[in-house]
Amino acid sequence: MSLPARVAALTVAFLAVAGGVIFVVAHYLLGGPPTVDFAASGGQVSVVMQTDASSDPSAVPDHPTWVSYFIKSPVTGDWVHTTLFQVPAHTQVHMTILGYDGSTPVRNQIWGQVSGTIGDVAYYGGAPVRTVSGWNGPYLIQHTFAIPGLNLNVPVEAGPGTCSTGPCTNKAHSTTTFSFETPAQTGSYRWQCFVPCGLSYLDGNGGPMQTIGYMMGNMQVVSS
Amino acid sequence: MTPADAVAGTQRREPNHGMRIFLIWLPIALAADLIIWFVWGPHMPPGDMSSSARSQQFDINVMAVMAAPVMAFVLTYGVYALVVWRHRAGDEEDGPPIHGNTRIAVTWISVTSAIVLGLAVFGTVELVAPAGAGAGEGNTPIWKPGGGAALQVQVIAQQWRFTYRYPQFGGFETTSLVLPVGENVQFDVTSLDVVHSFWAYQLGVKADANPGVNNVAFTKPEHTGAIQVRCAELCGLWHADMTTVGTVVSTPAFSSWAASTRVQLAALTRNLPPYSLTYDPNSVSQLGKAFQQAGLTGAGGGYYGPQYPVQP
Amino acid sequence: MAIDLQPDKPQQPGGHVPSGREPQPGAPRAWWGRPAIHTGIAGAVLGYFVGHWLGNLIASNYQQVQNSGQNDFAIILGYVLGTIGWLAGLGVFNDLLRQMAGRPVHADAEAQAAAAGTARFFRYSLDHKVVGIQYLVGMIGYFLTGGLLALAIRTELLSPSYHVFSSATYTAIVGEHGTMMMMMMSSVILGPLGNYLVPLMIGSKRMAFPRIEALSFWLTPAAYLVLLSGLMFGGFPFGWTGYAPLSIEATQGADSYAVAFGIMGISLILLAFNLIVTITCYRAPGMRWSRLPIFVWSNLTTGFLMLLAAPVLVGAMYMMITDRTVQTAFFTDDLGGSSYLWQNLFWFFGHPEVYILALPGFGIVCEILPVFCRKPLFGYRVAAAGMVGVTLLSFFVWQHHLFDSGIDPDMRPVFMLTTELISIPTGFIFLVAIGTFWKAKIHFTVPMLFALGFFFNFLIGGISGVFLSDVPADTTEHGTFFVMAHFHYTIMGGLIFAFMGGLYYWLPKIMGIRLSQRLGQIHFWTMFVFFNSTFLPLFAVGMAGQPRRVYTYAQNLTTLNDWVSISSFLLGGSILIFVINFVYSTVIARVPEQGNPWRSRGLEWQVSSPPGPGNFDRVPVVLSGPYEYGSKDAPPVADLDPPLGVLSEAYGGAGAGADVAEVQR
Repeated sequence: MSLPARVAALTVAFLAVAGGVIFVVAHYLLGGPPTVDFAASGGQVSVVMQTDASSDPSAVPDHPTWVSYFIKSPVTGDWVHTTLFQVPAHTQVHMTILGYDGSTPVRNQIWGQVSGTIGDVAYYGGAPVRTVSGWNGPYLIQHTFAIPGLNLNVPVEAGPGTCSTGPCTNKAHSTTTFSFETPAQTGSYRWQCFVPCGLSYLDGNGGPMQTIGYMMGNMQVVSS
Repeated sequence: MTPADAVAGTQRREPNHGMRIFLIWLPIALAADLIIWFVWGPHMPPGDMSSSARSQQFDINVMAVMAAPVMAFVLTYGVYALVVWRHRAGDEEDGPPIHGNTRIAVTWISVTSAIVLGLAVFGTVELVAPAGAGAGEGNTPIWKPGGGAALQVQVIAQQWRFTYRYPQFGGFETTSLVLPVGENVQFDVTSLDVVHSFWAYQLGVKADANPGVNNVAFTKPEHTGAIQVRCAELCGLWHADMTTVGTVVSTPAFSSWAASTRVQLAALTRNLPPYSLTYDPNSVSQLGKAFQQAGLTGAGGGYYGPQYPVQP
Repeated sequence: MAIDLQPDKPQQPGGHVPSGREPQPGAPRAWWGRPAIHTGIAGAVLGYFVGHWLGNLIASNYQQVQNSGQNDFAIILGYVLGTIGWLAGLGVFNDLLRQMAGRPVHADAEAQAAAAGTARFFRYSLDHKVVGIQYLVGMIGYFLTGGLLALAIRTELLSPSYHVFSSATYTAIVGEHGTMMMMMMSSVILGPLGNYLVPLMIGSKRMAFPRIEALSFWLTPAAYLVLLSGLMFGGFPFGWTGYAPLSIEATQGADSYAVAFGIMGISLILLAFNLIVTITCYRAPGMRWSRLPIFVWSNLTTGFLMLLAAPVLVGAMYMMITDRTVQTAFFTDDLGGSSYLWQNLFWFFGHPEVYILALPGFGIVCEILPVFCRKPLFGYRVAAAGMVGVTLLSFFVWQHHLFDSGIDPDMRPVFMLTTELISIPTGFIFLVAIGTFWKAKIHFTVPMLFALGFFFNFLIGGISGVFLSDVPADTTEHGTFFVMAHFHYTIMGGLIFAFMGGLYYWLPKIMGIRLSQRLGQIHFWTMFVFFNSTFLPLFAVGMAGQPRRVYTYAQNLTTLNDWVSISSFLLGGSILIFVINFVYSTVIARVPEQGNPWRSRGLEWQVSSPPGPGNFDRVPVVLSGPYEYGSKDAPPVADLDPPLGVLSEAYGGAGAGADVAEVQR
């Protein structure tokens, strides 16, 4: 091939490869669940989440059979399929978790102990709890909401498990409420569930327990 | 001396390259060794906060002192060769046809073997003498510290947090690591799910946490202060976040902490399974029953499903 | 059946055509009708869908599959059948099927070799030189991909608190980078340079098993694409080491890891097998073991490492696959398996693997050094013995990766001893270099610069390895950036520098053109400086307490990490200079470089550049070793035009005569 033809062929090939790479990279790296922003409220912040045993495929197209959290948007009131949310620093956060899932035994009973909340207490349907057995009644656990960076751990009470097409709105559920104070230091604080609830994964710790947007997520603390 | 020189009658005395290299190398190696041992040595990681950290620090210092002259020799020779024996422009001759030198080869092999075998012996001594030097020894440790019963701390690793259980204080389990200074500590490291690694940097302790296996490591904290605990084996997404800040405190402070925590966590301790060196939920009868009732038999999670009976 | 002593035509494998019809050459088919990459892709896509469908048919009613929503069985079957379809589309099985059907094999290796044109590089070619160039382009592509992933890692590590990627993405990138590099770079020298040069260096006209050689190449794009496609499934969170049970509980990306590594393991086995047989059986007369170039020795020893270690890897991957799909319990402690089983199986392969990465670099620098010192290689026997010693000992050291794991404590002094011992043969390479430099005439050409860079880097890498072999010191250093710095120094600082040096040295032979020496100098100096500024601080970072594979670290290490990240971007820039040099010189400038520009005595330099089909017109008779510089009366390295009778005498006395010479062709 002549020199101009070689240069032209090389340029075309390079642009094709570069274009393909940029497309794949952008699509892969920048995707992810949305972040629900609670930072604009000022003063106290109210976060409502729910847990579901499985979801409606229209709401969760990737893995409808996985157990998952949803967060209620403070602006629209819709249930968003995400585990990423944003709160202001140095603020009291009141959290309510509606539990639609059934019970799962905890692997390490220490995660039945409420810690890091205001008063070191959480409320199951209004009744205060501090230490929950998880297999020995009177309360059973379905998941936990834990932010290890703040030493926060709250077991979520088991619900009747009758709704399996999340996000659920009109079936029976348990209600767990608690409050905690966000730190003055901004940054990202991961949160996770400590109950091995990834059904049909080895040790229950795969699948939703290992994927952001289901049983683990991030709380971003921003300056208020 | 090349044949050309001999023919031309020019008597150019070949300098004694070996002696020159030796004379350049000697002060460099000495200086390096002195700086390593006296300046850098006391600050060498992992510090001297515990018996195992101190012995590791000594070990690394000795190896650095032995490695520095070797590196200095190779680098000195290299620089000397590249400067003195570089090709001069216009010289298209080949070099002398030296195929080998048995004496040099034998000397090299003997010296390197001696150094290496010496290091192996030294390493073994440094491993055995300080009760295993903080490395995880498996479930049948053979190098244990003398001098009294050790404080037992069970380190339970799970995705993605370490918890610590103190069997000698009623078996309470906490997320904070507190140790008394001046006492032997025995870490029993195990895991609930995947392979983690308990690494207490300032204590010089590293023991992998494998599921269903007890991995024992010994140390003796010698100074009070903060300990950085990190997970040293990739265990999933939040591997980097599995950190604890532990503390070494004085013995009375430790006793009062242990007593007060025992009381504070009494309700939780009643819920915990009886203390055991490894942990399999199926082996805890109540918990196993709960897992079975939820349809999660075998290794948990329903992975092996109720249609696969649990094999012992 | 009697063997025809005087056949009037060369024997066809499979016998003569029974009907007496001779194969008609016929008109060659159009390029899109003959099997090549496009038919391979079609076969791969078809195979993937068939495999996926089959997997769904079998496994979609498993309880695990229904609950978890993922069918690993289908994914793995899809990958495996896709790979088989890829190979079938390329025409890998065509000759085999023809032989089984008793029909003559059409493809004649020499006729194929005579075919010119760029199209043959996209086909299943039986010419080892074409396969060498295919490997070269492939390996450079795989290296660049892994390198881009490394730059992504360093971008994340610029700040301990601001995260560019989520933890899931970052962990997946770390795993992809490690696996891509460790998998692919195992063949980075043996594939391109070994396949191309070994027959030339030993005086052979061909490789022993051309079909196996080509197959080993065509498996690599399959492994590459399978591995990259794992990113589409979310990646795998367990790094290149694949520790169970994390690898059993991971989601679908883990399947691509297992299948890709398995495919590459098979490629390694085939590559090694072919090289070993070629070196053992196809040496020209006079090419004694004591005259064999050191590069060929390194290929032989690396080949044995691959051949013996890779099967363990493939077996371990297979066990991981069955654990993930059909609920075996090899690595599950609760049901009687053991996570230690995976660790030992993996590292039994993993340790020879790192010597697979190190030895070919030794071979290349031992070739480059005599040419540019104009002296024989000092201690040829020591060099060869060192390589053999490393190969033997490397099977006895693997538990040094497991010192803190809780293995039997008695084993640790044993493996500490063997690991210390392996540093003795590894050190022989430095003796050889020191001796070769003594009173030499050192030319600072670009290949020589890379060889010098190799020695500097491997010195640091090797000494840090001694620190790691000591169990107490390893307790602090294991699982930290110290280990990372050590293996990047030995693998990238050693292997890749040697690869670059070999490329600059042999590209005139392989393509008949020269790479720009000026750009080569810039490439070397930037790569050397930025490589060291990237990886030298990592020793300190590791000793200061930063574990491996993390996206966050202690605040006080921010400055060091930033320095390393910026250096790594500059290192990426230096590799970009290499890519520009390579592409510009081979595609655009094409400055011809015939003959023997380096005045080397190697046998490969005695033929034209590039060599013709069949390498040598006649099988040469080797008269002396390739390192006889400095002796005015040394015989030439080989007689390329030996008289007819010489060969037959070499192979079995007078009277065997002409037909033996025929067979030699």
